[in-house]
Amino acid sequence: MSLKFPIYLDNHATTQCDPRVVEAMLPYFTEHFGNAASRNHPFGWEAEEAVEKARKQIADLIGATAKEIVFTSGATESNNLAIKGVAEMYAERGNHIITAATEHKAVLDTCKHLEKQGVRVTYLPLNGDGLIDLDMLRDAITDKTILVSIMYANNEIGVIQPVAEIGKICKEKGVLFHTDGVQAAGKIPVNVLSDNIDIMSLTAHKMYGPKGVGALYVRRRNPRVQISAQMDGGGHERGMRSGTLNVPGIVGFGEAAALCQKLMPEESVKHRAMRDRLRATLEANLEETYINGSMEHRLPHNLNMSFAYVEGESLLMGINDVAVSSGSACTSATLEPSYVLKALGLGDDLAHTSIRFGIGRFNTDEEVDYVAKKMIDVVTKLRELSPLWEMFKEGIDLSKVEWTAH
Amino acid sequence: MAYSEKVIDHYNNPRNVGSLDKSDPNVGTGMVGAPECGDVMKLQIKVDPVTGIIEDAKFKTFGCGSAIASSSLATEWLKGKTVSEAEQIKNTEIVSELALPPVKVHCSVLAEDAIKAAINDYKVKSGMVPGSGAKETVHA
Repeated sequence: MSLKFPIYLDNHATTQCDPRVVEAMLPYFTEHFGNAASRNHPFGWEAEEAVEKARKQIADLIGATAKEIVFTSGATESNNLAIKGVAEMYAERGNHIITAATEHKAVLDTCKHLEKQGVRVTYLPLNGDGLIDLDMLRDAITDKTILVSIMYANNEIGVIQPVAEIGKICKEKGVLFHTDGVQAAGKIPVNVLSDNIDIMSLTAHKMYGPKGVGALYVRRRNPRVQISAQMDGGGHERGMRSGTLNVPGIVGFGEAAALCQKLMPEESVKHRAMRDRLRATLEANLEETYINGSMEHRLPHNLNMSFAYVEGESLLMGINDVAVSSGSACTSATLEPSYVLKALGLGDDLAHTSIRFGIGRFNTDEEVDYVAKKMIDVVTKLRELSPLWEMFKEGIDLSKVEWTAH
Repeated sequence: MAYSEKVIDHYNNPRNVGSLDKSDPNVGTGMVGAPECGDVMKLQIKVDPVTGIIEDAKFKTFGCGSAIASSSLATEWLKGKTVSEAEQIKNTEIVSELALPPVKVHCSVLAEDAIKAAINDYKVKSGMVPGSGAKETVHA
């Protein structure tokens, strides 16, 4: 099979919409365009039926019941709704939230916003593998703690947190547990019951669905979780999220969830094999590469590697027919290297040289092999250009050199 | 980020990559930046002691495409210039030649610093200015 360029290997950023998902969505733009909230004519009934089917499909993927799924515009909204909604609803019970340093900005910035309103937030540090320390979590919980928000799997390093244990601790302590499940759901088995999850953020576009539609799982029993709406309006979605439902998007989300559930056993094995081969090829041909984050507790389709002495943006420039991303400062809007990699205790120098690969449903073995070969060529070329590589080869300890930052 | 054609050309075909003998009295070496900041440039010049003309220039850069292009361009410009002419090279000239966007201006500043550091090293070695000792420090 001939390769088609550019090759997309950035499936943690977003995924291609599966053609089967698009197919399922199409009738809901034209023939069945009704408002799911229209209770008194067939247009509304059809739309509502489609939404309820999707709700069930999404609930099935995570072991929930359909009534526990609240549709939103995406995971950023879901994270905002979960954290702000709990903080507001449970304000009388306490004002302390626990989260972790490597959370997505939608969680961290929401927490920062709440801090300005007097909520106290603990940001747990991570160990070098990217995992939180359960004892530290246990110790951080006080009688004022109302919520723990720890992501299921990280979007940069793919590290999977011990969610079931976190959920268990929260249950014991009577604290609600929210998890950002965006990277994990549809890729690895996620079950809100066995994982003791009370609230979970989801989004369609990370699981081969459309952009602009997400969901929040809100537990209804044991305990019944309540959330204050963050938007006023018609009282849709059990009063938690007003706004006319994005019916085609929701239908696509449902179809995407059903496909992921069906394909997961086969896909996770396939993607893991592709990822492992990519890693093995890179490591066999390049010295001084480093894996960022635990390899054992990691999403099957994620690889995050640093290529020492080669700056990430220049690396991306060299592999410009491949779409991946880097933790280098130069590639970020803030001009800061990845805060996730920094939280692992990696020096900024390794963050600057990191590349994230995310394998997805539409990638082939040929593509992965091409990317590996291209990476090897470009890293080798750029190392010939790198004064740091030269110094390393001369046996100079770079940590002992007196650099003067500019 | 979209790069200018000139940046891409320097990135794909960097000029004067390599190293000169640091211990040669006619070679001046400048190394600026820091790995934590994501860019380090090493720039070297070899000066004809009689004419004062830079007869060779080499670079090695750890950094983004614009940093590589800035230092590659600097070596091109240095060759054939006298040391005092070379001292006049300004980062703004590099910015306009490579059409660097504002967020990449620091790459050109680093290149100018590298030129200055290399010239200074040469001057110290040839006794034209007093040195600050043999300590291996990277200036920025």
